[in-house]
Amino acid sequence: MPQETADKAGLKSAQSKIKQKFTWHRKHLLSLQDLTQEELVHILDTAEGFMEVSRRSIKKAPALRGKVVVNLFFEDSTRTRNSFTLAASRLSADVLEFTAKGSSISKGETLRDTARNLEAMGIDIVVIRHNAGGAPHLLSDCIDACVINAGDGYHEHPTQGLLDIFTMRQLRQDIRGLKVAIVGDIAHSRVARSNIWGLHTLGAQVYLVGPPTLMPSAVKQLPVTVCHDFDEIIGEMDVLNMLRVQFERIGSSVFPSVLEYARLFGLTVERMKHARPDVIVMHPGPINRGLELESEVADGPNSTVLRQVSNGLAVRMAVLFLVNQAANLKKKTDK
Amino acid sequence: MKSDHICLDEKQISELLDKIAAQITASVPQNESVALVGIRSRGEVLAQRLHKILQEKWSCEIDRGVLDITLYRDDLNQAGKPQPLVRSTEINFDIDDRVIVLVDDVLNTGRSVRAALDALIDLGRPQAIHLAVLIDRGSRELPIRPDFVGKNLEVPREKKVQVYLREVDDKEVVVVE
Repeated sequence: MPQETADKAGLKSAQSKIKQKFTWHRKHLLSLQDLTQEELVHILDTAEGFMEVSRRSIKKAPALRGKVVVNLFFEDSTRTRNSFTLAASRLSADVLEFTAKGSSISKGETLRDTARNLEAMGIDIVVIRHNAGGAPHLLSDCIDACVINAGDGYHEHPTQGLLDIFTMRQLRQDIRGLKVAIVGDIAHSRVARSNIWGLHTLGAQVYLVGPPTLMPSAVKQLPVTVCHDFDEIIGEMDVLNMLRVQFERIGSSVFPSVLEYARLFGLTVERMKHARPDVIVMHPGPINRGLELESEVADGPNSTVLRQVSNGLAVRMAVLFLVNQAANLKKKTDK
Repeated sequence: MKSDHICLDEKQISELLDKIAAQITASVPQNESVALVGIRSRGEVLAQRLHKILQEKWSCEIDRGVLDITLYRDDLNQAGKPQPLVRSTEINFDIDDRVIVLVDDVLNTGRSVRAALDALIDLGRPQAIHLAVLIDRGSRELPIRPDFVGKNLEVPREKKVQVYLREVDDKEVVVVE
């Protein structure tokens, strides 16, 4: 870009950015369903600002220095937990890892007690993953620290939804009117739900694709279009968000066989021929190669799987930063 | 706005920038090691203008970048403070061994410059960092001093010196509010 045009573009962005004055008030991030369009855009814009930190040689900024972030994970997870740990470290926070196995939970301690005990040690932010929907909400009512939902049951996985949307915005600039298909086991997917609410608020058109047995029973109440034939709509979609197949469900009465699933709903090279050439292929990970995605598609030019991971870091840094800011707003001055 | 006192108009601002450019030219070796880094947001605008003035006089290429100091502010964890918006730093060149001229609009307590120094040091090890400001209004709270100054203003502590620049505001003026 010639210097003059680049200057004008840069200054225009500086201009629009000076005029914005949005205050983030939420001490907790529990769901995307609660967020307004302004709030969603603010997180995405903030995440944009954090992308640069991960590109430097010293990948640290002191914004959360002296703050303690606890990863309270009652469900197994490496990628989400590692992502939050790294995000907190990049902001210079101290991180405590608390996994359910071998902890006080196995001795029968309640969630409330666990959290209160941690809080007594002086923690600022709790990142919680739990198999019961609503657990983060419960936690936010009984402790003073900030609570970030890293996945609760089938309910929501807000940071995953945010990083998915961030990725779409990176590649398409405008979410409004974007046609996004979410494919797979929707009924049991908190990733799908967060995507649905975030995308809907930002004006995208969401299509749920999967077998009837894996659609949530209350799907009619969701602002989506349901489709059971992947091939029917694949040509119109801008984004294909492929959900992970959970093997416990395949081979049960819900779905007869892996091969049948892959044939009907897997994204194969053959199917990709009917999609738009610039279609965005997404997957929250981990990928079951050959099942949701054929290897060539997973590694192909349309796939954003690795980009999602880097974006996830920036988004989580933004969320940690913002909830901390909100907590500062609400702090009473010590006397 | 009635109680605002306009102390510099468009023409005067332009003259001050020329003055700063002349000071830089007189003090800093004219070679490719020099780079201008503007502190967001109005420092960025001033850095761009300075860059244009200097580039016309100097025969070598001068690099230019933008620094966002939000993450380095010392008031981030204070209760009740207004929330700054995080934007990105854009310095697309290596700052090791470079002569960096930091550019900002108003030098007041010195805390912004302190944050900028910390941010720069996290990016590399410059040979030297100089500071150019349009206005130095005193009231320092940290031992920071500018190298190149457009104008010194004596302003009572409770008043604010605000610079408005055409590229990002809808006017071009320096007022005391």
